[in-house]
Amino acid sequence: MVESYRQQSPLDHLALTTHPARHADDAGLILGQRSFMELINLRGDANRSDFTDAVRHAVKIDLPISANTAAGKLAGPHILWLGPDEWLIVAKPGSGERMATALRNALAGQHAAVTETGQSRTCIMIGGSHARDVLAKGCALDLHPSAFGAGQCAQTLLAKAGVILHLPLAPKGAEPMFEIHVLRSFAAYLWAWLEDAAQEYGLRVDI
Amino acid sequence: MFLIDCPYCGPREETEFSYGHEAHVHRPAGAAAEKLSDAEWADYLFMRKNPKGVHLERWVHTHGCRRWFNAARNTHSNEILAIYRVGEKPPKGLAQ
Ligand SMILES: [Zn+2]
Repeated sequence: MVESYRQQSPLDHLALTTHPARHADDAGLILGQRSFMELINLRGDANRSDFTDAVRHAVKIDLPISANTAAGKLAGPHILWLGPDEWLIVAKPGSGERMATALRNALAGQHAAVTETGQSRTCIMIGGSHARDVLAKGCALDLHPSAFGAGQCAQTLLAKAGVILHLPLAPKGAEPMFEIHVLRSFAAYLWAWLEDAAQEYGLRVDI
Repeated sequence: MFLIDCPYCGPREETEFSYGHEAHVHRPAGAAAEKLSDAEWADYLFMRKNPKGVHLERWVHTHGCRRWFNAARNTHSNEILAIYRVGEKPPKGLAQ
């Protein structure tokens, strides 16, 4: 884990806490960021119950087996399906190391891999009534709610940047917000692209 | 938009994929490989089919699940006739 006093979001230099759109009313698009989420890449055979049982034991979440789906509770860690034998675990800041150790212990002796990728990606949040319209400007996925609803995820391209898109369940009464997990080095570019794409709808920055 | 049906993720846009050239090219193995002539090695290494019509080829879902798979594609119309996984045989009627 990075020493916390050295932690710096890849968007820090944009000084978003002083962004002019922080208090905009009637914005059609809301952008935010969840920094310092800790990522773990998990590989294994989902057809083996000893593998799925071990993951459930360590993470307390049932492994999502269906393509393009995610699992997890509000505010807790999430597991995102990346491929037929690959998942991304998104853990809260400071909890990645503990979770990886729990996984390694539970999976001991199995043909599986647990790889901590730390804060390799940052998470840009995008919500508001025009969130899907803005994403559709740079992403070829079918983003209609009937095709991409809460609990779904996808690895895809957004404005030519590789991203992992995830729509978690929203708390009651709250607006659903997409999570865009993007590599740190692409984050500033993607943020600038999103701000530009949002112009016609009005932007609010929630940081 | 040109969609390719990833056998793992479902239909995605072509830009998410990379082309991996001809499928089912087997590296000479065992005792036969020991006796291979230079010309036969060159044939394995360099010579590929280049049909106008059905071509069995490999693709990888680079910006998605990063898995390799096979496709039967008409190189003339760009129509994808079949998608099948690595290790599987091409569908009947498309085998070359
Ligand atoms: Zn795929």
